[in-house]
Amino acid sequence: MSGAEFVPLSLTPLLIGVFAAIACALPGNFLLLRRQALIGDAISHVVLPGIVVAFLLTGAVSAWPMMLGAAGASLIAVGMIEAIRRLGKIEPGAAMGVTFTAMFAAGVLLLEQTDTSSVHLDVEHALYGNLESLIWLDAIGWESLTDPVALAGLPEELPRIFLTLLGVAAFIWLFWRPLKISTFDPSFAQAVGVSTGVIGLALVVVAAVAAVAAFDAVGSIIVIAMFICPPAAARLMTNRLEVQIAWSVVFAALSAVLGYVLAGYGPIWVGSNHAVSAAGMIATISGLILAVAAMFAPCRTRSGAPVG
Amino acid sequence: MWLDALTLQLGYNATLVALGAMFLGVAAGVTGTFLFLRKRALVSDAISHATLPGVGIAFMLMVALGGDGRSLLGLLLGSAVSAGFGLLCIGWLTRFTRLAEDAAIGAVLSVFFGFGIVLLTIIQTMTAGRQAGLEGFLLGSTAGMLWNDAMIIVVGGVLTLAVVMALRRPMTLVAFDPEYAAASGLNVARIDLAIMGLAMAVTVVGLKIVGLILIVAMLIIPPVTARFWSDRTDRVVWLSGALGGVSAFVGAALSAAAPSLPTGPIIVLVSFAFFALSLLFAPSRGVLAAFLRHRRFQRRVHMRQGLLALAQGQPIYEGFTLRLLRRAGLVEKDGVVTDQGKARAAKALRDEKRWELVRADQALEGAAALYDGLRALETVLTSDQIEEIDRRIGGPKGVGA
Repeated sequence: MSGAEFVPLSLTPLLIGVFAAIACALPGNFLLLRRQALIGDAISHVVLPGIVVAFLLTGAVSAWPMMLGAAGASLIAVGMIEAIRRLGKIEPGAAMGVTFTAMFAAGVLLLEQTDTSSVHLDVEHALYGNLESLIWLDAIGWESLTDPVALAGLPEELPRIFLTLLGVAAFIWLFWRPLKISTFDPSFAQAVGVSTGVIGLALVVVAAVAAVAAFDAVGSIIVIAMFICPPAAARLMTNRLEVQIAWSVVFAALSAVLGYVLAGYGPIWVGSNHAVSAAGMIATISGLILAVAAMFAPCRTRSGAPVG
Repeated sequence: MWLDALTLQLGYNATLVALGAMFLGVAAGVTGTFLFLRKRALVSDAISHATLPGVGIAFMLMVALGGDGRSLLGLLLGSAVSAGFGLLCIGWLTRFTRLAEDAAIGAVLSVFFGFGIVLLTIIQTMTAGRQAGLEGFLLGSTAGMLWNDAMIIVVGGVLTLAVVMALRRPMTLVAFDPEYAAASGLNVARIDLAIMGLAMAVTVVGLKIVGLILIVAMLIIPPVTARFWSDRTDRVVWLSGALGGVSAFVGAALSAAAPSLPTGPIIVLVSFAFFALSLLFAPSRGVLAAFLRHRRFQRRVHMRQGLLALAQGQPIYEGFTLRLLRRAGLVEKDGVVTDQGKARAAKALRDEKRWELVRADQALEGAAALYDGLRALETVLTSDQIEEIDRRIGGPKGVGA
């Protein structure tokens, strides 16, 4: 395929998909080890009411208010989960289930009650995103990468998700030690003066930011899959956190690239000319990677000893 | 209009759907309680998302075999098969790898759902798929439901409910105390499987009404709500069933009255309203009750400290304590202690001295363990024992000049 076709149509969605996948997989590693893997699931449901409320307040589909609304909704959800858990002495899973279903239902209802027919905002869009439509119309080939006029026409999701990825990576790099200690040995972390509560909340907030930025570009289904599948597969590959994170980045990027390519070109190979959902395909590929890791990875068993 | 809906005046199909939803709600509430007590509430989220590929594959199969693919029974069968496969995957991942159950749930949920979305996009490109309305399974839709479909839901709801009722005793036992259940000869693994199977049945039957994203709420919210009202397993089970039934009925009926309101979210929000009320106002576990309990405790502590201060002639500066003493008529407005106040203060001081002896006496260790600074001694010891302690303290002595 020539650059004249690849750069405008596929380069930006591919990059956005890869960045979103990695931005979600990075905090996912810690959430997985802390047994909070389903926080990603909860967050990706509760951003819907936040986005709808932001739309109702501003009356327009614009990115920043919606991201603020989504971030606000995830903070409200985290607060609600904690409140239900503590006040009612309810187990965290059930508290989470109550919160995210109720908030998602409220979001759907708000969405159905408002007139959004003129704008591109509906439940399906929130679920699968619109990765395929994030094309770079101003590009004419690889040479456009150095052309400032064409670069100005990049889909705005690309710089946004790239910045988010940088922010997430910076958070993990800066707070590496406290994150690592408080994940593996919370009581030791407290003994050496790490406030585990603050670190835990910060991790959830960073995860929420990553989820919201990725959600905007690629829909909630990738967000959930990328929070869990690449870190889970990586967890089966190694006993070292550093190596696990490296693997999870590789798996996330691989899922995004393979998923996008298969969704776009796979149907053509089998003789159909309709592409399938890229978001769904990326999630499916990440699941296949996890399945392979669960069957063959060196550290897949519970004892942690490499198998024969 | 709303009243018509609630009293089943909106036509035959709407009535059937509302009744079916009610049976389903009761079954979901009861099954959900067992899931909740086994701390596996979120497994149902994975089950419900895992139904989507089954719906898609069943549709494609039925079209390939020459049907129109929209037979609800076939779609539901397909969804049950893929949900069952999802459950197997969760069990396999948690048993044979080091991944925890929450990771397995999340992985199955997202991957199955993603694959289902891929299938849906394929179906949309099929000529038979354009009007399939499979998106209705995401959020539920009862508008324009056929008589056959409504009957399937009613029969499915009733059947699920019947199985739940038949199995409720062993399930209660396992949910409440699995070790005891195993010791008394029950096969805990099989009962767990039955609970999961029932959760799956509820999910599949409810797919068309509530939609697969929100059906999990019917399995989680009523049990959590019921848990606020009782500590007894059997009562939680019944209450949860009742709450589930009422929310599902009200939700389905309201949405039948206003076709623009999707059924699933309405049912979820109705049951969330019950939950919010319970969180605030339930006796003993509710927020209001906890607040009142806290205030009562605070008053007792301040009263006690105030009385002891009076008895020892110390001045009281703390505003809340002073207000309490004034309101009880123990202190005048100008700060002078009333006769009643003196009597209560003397008793408080004597009780404190009695407690001191009780706590020093090894023979009264059991009673001493109950000391919390607030408990009246009369509720712990017999009057004989108190007399004995008073003898040890001795009578009033003159103060040396």
